[in-house]
Amino acid sequence: MTSPIYPLTKEKESQSTWRFLMNELKPRGKWLTPFNLISIPIILVGLALIVLRFAEGLGAVSNINQEIPWGLWKGFNVVTGVAFAGGAYVLTFIVYILKVDKYHSIVRVTVLNGFLAYMFYAGALVLDLGKPWNIFNPIIGNNFGASSVLFLVAWHFLLYIVAQLIEFSPAVAEWLGARRAHKILSGLTLGAVIFGITLSTLHQSGLGALFLMASEKIHPLWYNEYIPLLFLVSSVFAGLSMVIFEGSISQRVFFRKISKKNREARNNMIQSLSKICAFGMFAYLFMQFLVFIHGQHWDLLNTSMGYWFLLEMIGFVAVPMALYFYASRTSSILLSRVAAIITIVGIILNRLNVSIIAFRWDAAVRYVPSWMEIVVSITIILIQIWIFRWVISRMPVLDEPPKWAKNTNH
Amino acid sequence: MSIDRRKFFKSIAITGMTIVGVNASGANKSSSGDDDTEFHGVLYDSSICIGCQACEKACAEAHGLPEPTGKPEVGVIRKTSENQRCTINAYETSQGEVYVRNQCMHCNEPACASACLTQAMHKTKEGPVIWREDKCMGCRYCMISCPFDVPKFEYGSTNPKIQKCDMCYDRIIKGEKPVCVETCGDALFFGTRRELIAEARRRIAEIPELYIDQVYGERVAGGTGYLYLAPVDHKELGFDTRLRNTSYPALTKGFLYSVPSVFVLVPTLLLGIHEATKSRKSKEENHD
Repeated sequence: MTSPIYPLTKEKESQSTWRFLMNELKPRGKWLTPFNLISIPIILVGLALIVLRFAEGLGAVSNINQEIPWGLWKGFNVVTGVAFAGGAYVLTFIVYILKVDKYHSIVRVTVLNGFLAYMFYAGALVLDLGKPWNIFNPIIGNNFGASSVLFLVAWHFLLYIVAQLIEFSPAVAEWLGARRAHKILSGLTLGAVIFGITLSTLHQSGLGALFLMASEKIHPLWYNEYIPLLFLVSSVFAGLSMVIFEGSISQRVFFRKISKKNREARNNMIQSLSKICAFGMFAYLFMQFLVFIHGQHWDLLNTSMGYWFLLEMIGFVAVPMALYFYASRTSSILLSRVAAIITIVGIILNRLNVSIIAFRWDAAVRYVPSWMEIVVSITIILIQIWIFRWVISRMPVLDEPPKWAKNTNH
Repeated sequence: MSIDRRKFFKSIAITGMTIVGVNASGANKSSSGDDDTEFHGVLYDSSICIGCQACEKACAEAHGLPEPTGKPEVGVIRKTSENQRCTINAYETSQGEVYVRNQCMHCNEPACASACLTQAMHKTKEGPVIWREDKCMGCRYCMISCPFDVPKFEYGSTNPKIQKCDMCYDRIIKGEKPVCVETCGDALFFGTRRELIAEARRRIAEIPELYIDQVYGERVAGGTGYLYLAPVDHKELGFDTRLRNTSYPALTKGFLYSVPSVFVLVPTLLLGIHEATKSRKSKEENHD
């Protein structure tokens, strides 16, 4: 499977462009892989459930209720997912602003990941809306609820998707062989990066700020006025842990796409990223500690919610932090990956705690997601992986860009 | 670098302005308005209420909702729902059985309205907090934010509504009283918020043995349109005593106010670092 770059010249008719696109849409490689065998049935069931959701209303599929109105789709796919997409803004900062060139080879794949993640989380949001046809109200028309944190988050979501598309667009241009467009789009990269990082700092923290008004509804161990800052800081190591985790998988799956030089560079990168994660987690843990001391909640630690809080803080922040430190000192790739997985679980726990588990922890009827909600949540992620795979095996994301594109500066 | 620096600054300035500008203009609109309309509200006197449910029935009829089910019973909490905008519950207290009415509080600074990103939840200048169907996109952020858990969502519908008391806004603008007040004998009293507080204080002063010296709603959540007189401490009547006495939207103020400064400072900082780290060498080696 070589990289499919068809330099389209102007003389070729539009028909050949069409044929090229049709050809690219066809699947590549083997069909009956274990991943396909597992994911296709889940996706089919998920799509059927999405139809059911629109035919019968949210209540037919979801267990959310009047007291806990945001369930898995918002708490997991949106609030948690966005934290994991944070790798894109951290890496673009390192590569394009600080100009640390050694991460250059993984910037594209991370931005692609971030872009797809945002697209699909926006999709999950649409499923969750009661009146999705009014989704454009805050964007156009005279309905700006500018005092709303959600308004801010929605706008930043939208603008950031555009910024990420611009950041990734040179790869699309290389795939299509559009040299002139490539030049223009590459020139936009820095602007998109600066704009994108600014938007990211605001909406990563904004997702936390969404819960500021629920001051009595969230358990005091998780509610504090610093939620936005904590969300922002944790998105740094959440995103980078995802980069490490995703990198270890694509290194295996797309082995042939990655050049030998980059493969060696990757191990070096994991080591440095581990160090960044460790320091980020140290800062985060320290802030959590300060917030806890200020909150004066010592008495709450000896309750079941208190144990749960300690598990999150020690088991899923302090432990992976130590692992990351150790991994970066001993340059153990395996240990870094283990730390990344524990961190990812920890971030899922933290975001679900704020948005679902510790939210109305005192409610008479607790929210437990229905199997249908879980299947739809997984379906969204699986479709995202399918598209990710489709793009990776066609566009120059993991492999080197074509020769002609190298002359343009990023 | 093929992007011109001046052009880039300009584009940042323009995008920044749109976002900052939108914020500023939105905030001004809600606080302006020079006419002297005062917030209206309802005073509920739980010492007088006999739990007859006439208001519940009138409310359901006026808003096309099903006949209310159940009766106020001690030990049973009837919550408002997508089918019922108000309920009356009974509580066994040190002063005997006391009834408490339960509906939207119509806050002076409603969390739901500040949470709403489409202005579907709206504090009218007459006082009622209303929900506007054509603007709502059904995100349910109002339900997350409301400290009283008031907005209710029709999960069973493909075109769901948010159900909550709107203080019969359509009647108020015609100069009529809300149906519940119209139906009730003495327990509900309609007027401007200023009049209601004066009336509540008068009742407390006239018959001090009937009331505790507190008006619920005067301060809670920054003040509400519904005010409660009670014969016993609010703790005994199922009120959430953890609620703060300051406005809920104020909790997000710090975050929202930091947005314009972030939009000015962060890009400047990033561009500064970018310029500082730029060297001729890196420019040549950049493309691997």
